[in-house]
Amino acid sequence: MALSKNELSVGDTHEELVVENLTRTQIIQYAGASGDYNPLHTDEIFTTKVAGYPTVFAHGMLSMGVTGKMLTNWVGDGRLTKYGVRFVAQVWPGDSLTAKATVEAIREEDGVSLVDLSVSTTNQDGAEVIKGSATARLDG
Amino acid sequence: MATEHFPIEAGHIMLFARSIGDANPIYHDAEAAAQSEPGHVIPPPTFVQASAQFTEGYVLRPEIGQPWFGSGKEPSGVQRQPGGEGGDSGGTGFHAEQHYEYHAPIAPGDVLHTVEKPGKSWEREGRRGGALKFSESITEYYNQDDVLVVTARSVGVQTSRVVE
Repeated sequence: MALSKNELSVGDTHEELVVENLTRTQIIQYAGASGDYNPLHTDEIFTTKVAGYPTVFAHGMLSMGVTGKMLTNWVGDGRLTKYGVRFVAQVWPGDSLTAKATVEAIREEDGVSLVDLSVSTTNQDGAEVIKGSATARLDG
Repeated sequence: MATEHFPIEAGHIMLFARSIGDANPIYHDAEAAAQSEPGHVIPPPTFVQASAQFTEGYVLRPEIGQPWFGSGKEPSGVQRQPGGEGGDSGGTGFHAEQHYEYHAPIAPGDVLHTVEKPGKSWEREGRRGGALKFSESITEYYNQDDVLVVTARSVGVQTSRVVE
């Protein structure tokens, strides 16, 4: 299902819990699927003893990926024309993430209806981990 | 680093969708996907990052027979190759931003290749990690018909000490 121009207003929001109690296993799944095998994400000994971090942490692209799930669930499959983020803070095992999109503008470009969204993903403490924007094609 | 041959495979898309916790049938069920608006399985919006699997010499993938900087029973003592994200001796490279523009659909069976374009670089003083050096890279993904399907812009940052 895709969104229609007539159903949307500036300021409308959509929010989803996209990760609950992030597991180390999910981070490993992401490493295996994406091909980013940086030990900072999966190797506790390397991360604590060599790199000096408290523990492993998620790939930024895993946070962007789970945030994208919220977007495609809302705007529909194959509807995004742009999606970009800034990685604001690290995401750790045990974190729960809520991703939210807000309608910033509804506009026409070359006869196509588009919605511009701001995107924000926060952890269980309310701290922002992803800040971004997206644009999607609308019906009507 | 350019990727010359990035085959889009249904199983790879399914594994990638699982890893981001996305149960949407369009990523794993060809019959359901045929009834969808795109009309076929598509990859999730961030999937092209997995082209790293097919990039020759990608520094964050262990190379068969080569030393790897991750640990076995204890730290390996191997210094990582420069490039990409990662860390040793305090300072660390991080992925700071990622942006995609979607131009045309991608489907299983496509074979993509990339063209890398240089981006800007800049520096500023950070709140958490000392001096920060940013650099941008632009990757254009083309399909087997030389149609531009995705433009990716990545910003990396090098910090001078551990970020917490």
